[in-house]
Amino acid sequence: MQIYRGHVLVCAGTGCVASGSRNVQAEMEKQLEAFNLDKEIKLVETGCHGFCEMGPIVIVYPEGIFYCRVQPEDVKEIVEEHLLKGRPVKRLLFKNQITEEMVPHYKDIDFYKKQNRIVLGNCGFINPENIKEYIARDGYEALAKALTQMTPEQVIEEIKAAGLRGRGGGGFPTGLKWEFARKAPGDKKYVICNADEGDPCAFMDRSILEGDPHALIEGMAIAAYAIGSDEGYIYVRAEYPLAIKRLKIAIAQAHELGLLGEDIFGSGFNFKLNIKEGAGAFVCGEETALIASIEGRRGEPRVRPPFPANKGLWGKPSNVNNVETFANVPRIIARGSQWFADMGTEKSKGTKVFALTGKVKNTGLAEVTMGITLREIIYDIGGGIIDDKKYKAVQIGGPSGGCIPEELLDLPIDYDSLISAGAMMGSGGLVVMDEDTCMVELARFFLNFTQMESCGKCTPCREGTKIMLDILERITKGEGKEGDIELLQSLAETIKSTSLCGLGQTAPNPVLSTLRYFRDEYEAHIKDKRCPAGACTALASYRILEDKCIGCTSCARVCPAKAISGEVKKPHKIDPAKCIKCGACIETCKFNAIVKQ
Amino acid sequence: MAIKSPEDLKKIKDEALEEATARINDGTQIMVGMGTCGIAAGAREVMAAIMEEVGKRNLKIAISWTGCIGMCEQEVLVDVIRPGEKRITYGKVTPQVVPRIITEHVINGNIVEDYVVGKLD
Amino acid sequence: MGKCCCGNTCQDSRLTEILEEYKGKEGVLIPVLQRAQEIKGYLPEKTIRAIADFFNKPYSEVYGVATFYAQFRLQPSGENTIRVCAGTACHVRGGKAILDKVCSELNIAPGGTSADGKFSLEPVACLGACGLAPVMMINDTTYGRLTPEKIPEILAKY
Ligand SMILES: Cc1cc2nc3c(=O)[nH]c(=O)nc-3n(C[C@H](O)[C@H](O)[C@H](O)COP(=O)(O)O)c2cc1C
Ligand code: FES
Repeated sequence: MQIYRGHVLVCAGTGCVASGSRNVQAEMEKQLEAFNLDKEIKLVETGCHGFCEMGPIVIVYPEGIFYCRVQPEDVKEIVEEHLLKGRPVKRLLFKNQITEEMVPHYKDIDFYKKQNRIVLGNCGFINPENIKEYIARDGYEALAKALTQMTPEQVIEEIKAAGLRGRGGGGFPTGLKWEFARKAPGDKKYVICNADEGDPCAFMDRSILEGDPHALIEGMAIAAYAIGSDEGYIYVRAEYPLAIKRLKIAIAQAHELGLLGEDIFGSGFNFKLNIKEGAGAFVCGEETALIASIEGRRGEPRVRPPFPANKGLWGKPSNVNNVETFANVPRIIARGSQWFADMGTEKSKGTKVFALTGKVKNTGLAEVTMGITLREIIYDIGGGIIDDKKYKAVQIGGPSGGCIPEELLDLPIDYDSLISAGAMMGSGGLVVMDEDTCMVELARFFLNFTQMESCGKCTPCREGTKIMLDILERITKGEGKEGDIELLQSLAETIKSTSLCGLGQTAPNPVLSTLRYFRDEYEAHIKDKRCPAGACTALASYRILEDKCIGCTSCARVCPAKAISGEVKKPHKIDPAKCIKCGACIETCKFNAIVKQ
Repeated sequence: MAIKSPEDLKKIKDEALEEATARINDGTQIMVGMGTCGIAAGAREVMAAIMEEVGKRNLKIAISWTGCIGMCEQEVLVDVIRPGEKRITYGKVTPQVVPRIITEHVINGNIVEDYVVGKLD
Repeated sequence: MGKCCCGNTCQDSRLTEILEEYKGKEGVLIPVLQRAQEIKGYLPEKTIRAIADFFNKPYSEVYGVATFYAQFRLQPSGENTIRVCAGTACHVRGGKAILDKVCSELNIAPGGTSADGKFSLEPVACLGACGLAPVMMINDTTYGRLTPEKIPEILAKY
């Protein structure tokens, strides 16, 4: 047995790889060898730490020293100073943005302090390509317990008692869903994992797939045992090549150890797992569309009922759950439902992973106990707004969700409170916006997305979203008319109540919620032809400040529309009729003499 | 090896834990002073001896290292921290003393008084 | 040129190999199309017809699947594929300016291919690297924390 005195963890998550962690890892290998430390220090490749903004991330154990934004040039110093001589390299430590202090330890960084990392507990801590590291962290003990000490009914009861609800958007009680599938008549049943993660800016599922794939596999095996299935499918988006690779490795390793396959733990239970790659369609995240896609057809949703629990893949009873939902399962079985039910609010138990992005200082994945307030997430974990600008709103739940304004920042968040505020949990994307974001433009952005992703099967969604988008486009161009708001509202209500699937039923949400909290911005666009945030190009106007312009002529020269004129050394002028609002003049002017209004 | 029972799983887990003790451990820590002075006094050799001894005995403890702690004439310095007990600093440690420190103190909890240079809460 | 199972001479015997591999299996249309696309980087009509014939499915059904998913291309694409992220986080952090810059540098529109055949530009909903917004991906390399000024330099590498 080879004992190492230290472990160097290099993040190999998608975010860190994008900022160059592969080169850091290669250099680390080289330097460890050069300093003759390769027998003492183990180099471990991990999944995402959820703090990708600070990547590439390197953590040194046993101390737990956290290095951020490490470049290959820095590696030699880490090896020589820290690993050889025991002096952590100060300049690479994380710096607290408010107190400006260096924070050497992983656990003490604000971003992590307020988190409750259960589902993400292994991500960034273990090597996802080595099943033994998962086992060292109690992996597969829950499966052993379920198979050898519990009946399928007891497993279902345990999940029900824990109060686990689906993390894929709807928040449907997981135990209940399993019970339906168990009770459905049929000798062949399927367990399906929805790893399509189509909601832009949500990447928690990817992080689990990449950083802790065995938790998903174990959760699916427990689910299969509970409902009486022997085969599962994981439907992953093709845009996640690393996740697919790690999953394949994990499945092969689990097979090798007999944790998948036949007669698992000598209990007579068999389970095999297949991976299906998606082909790029948001609507395939909807469960009936996803099933159609696994069958090799166009991923169009169908009317429910029958629900997949009765008639799913190849017409057989099937149970579809999200990645994060499955990843919670082994923890609940191992520690008991009470432990889980003690966390969270009355109707939403446990934790939820949020993908915090947009205009916050610390972006990344934050796993928090249900019932935490948005203020805590955005200010304590996220560190507040970039450049200390003014907070305007946060979009929760992606294109099907809604925005939450400042006055609701202290709302404790769970499934139900978000719905009553006009948003929804969705997959857990949190995009923070500041005063520079135009809410009308944002609504247009989301509608453009859902409109493009509409599969076209039902009319309200196909045509209705198109008309709404046209209206929003007009408004942001300054061509809004009296009555547009009312028209948007009535269209939204119709689309919501008559669409076939969740895509159409939720598509109008961003419009409705921005109208609910930011109606004045719509009115300013329509009545005053003005964009209060200054974001809508068509409504902006450019003006030269006479007292600042020295007549250097550089703006007149770069203007592609020849809209600027004036004599040398005399203040210039912009002809608004010719100006195409490209902003080239502002970029060129060295005297800050041009303003956008 | 295929796992056929919860006991098989436990065996693999124990093995896996050993490999991962730097991250996952029972709370006991051994720390070696590896400043320039420590290394000059033979800290690398002491470290190697500790790793060998810990490996031989299957101990789940974390072995780490720190920089110079300012008692250079006492190097090589080794700290032993057992959960809930005082932090003991040994001085002038040589590879030959290592087995004694490990068996007497780390395993059995009896401090090897001859080499102690400091006790800290 | 190999002889294809469908009786016609196919352009590429690799297609035959792929088809044989999936013979008699259910629900394999999407993986078959994915693999078939790897051959030429897109799906020519002939390929789609050959697949339909092989699996005894109407051409319309296979064509319908191929046009449904964003991943499948029916036209040849450029040597390098640029994907500029249009996700929400990138959008609020200035992703549009990146897209505009790429378009103007290469003189192409989203979905198009540059005149020299070197680049294709595809919009994408999210690349999942939101912490580094705004981002774009060229082939398999992701570029994060972008500003319009960085674009020409990055494009010059290809
Ligand atoms: C348009 C649309 C997209 C969806 N996308 C996803 C997705 O990407 N991932 C996911 O887990 N669920 C998604 N869902 C929800 C699924 O239909 C389904 O409710 C979920 O996978 C059930 O798992 P859960 O109970 O564990 O949440 C989507 C639903 C709709 C209507
Ligand atoms: S990829 Fe490294 S922290 Fe996310």
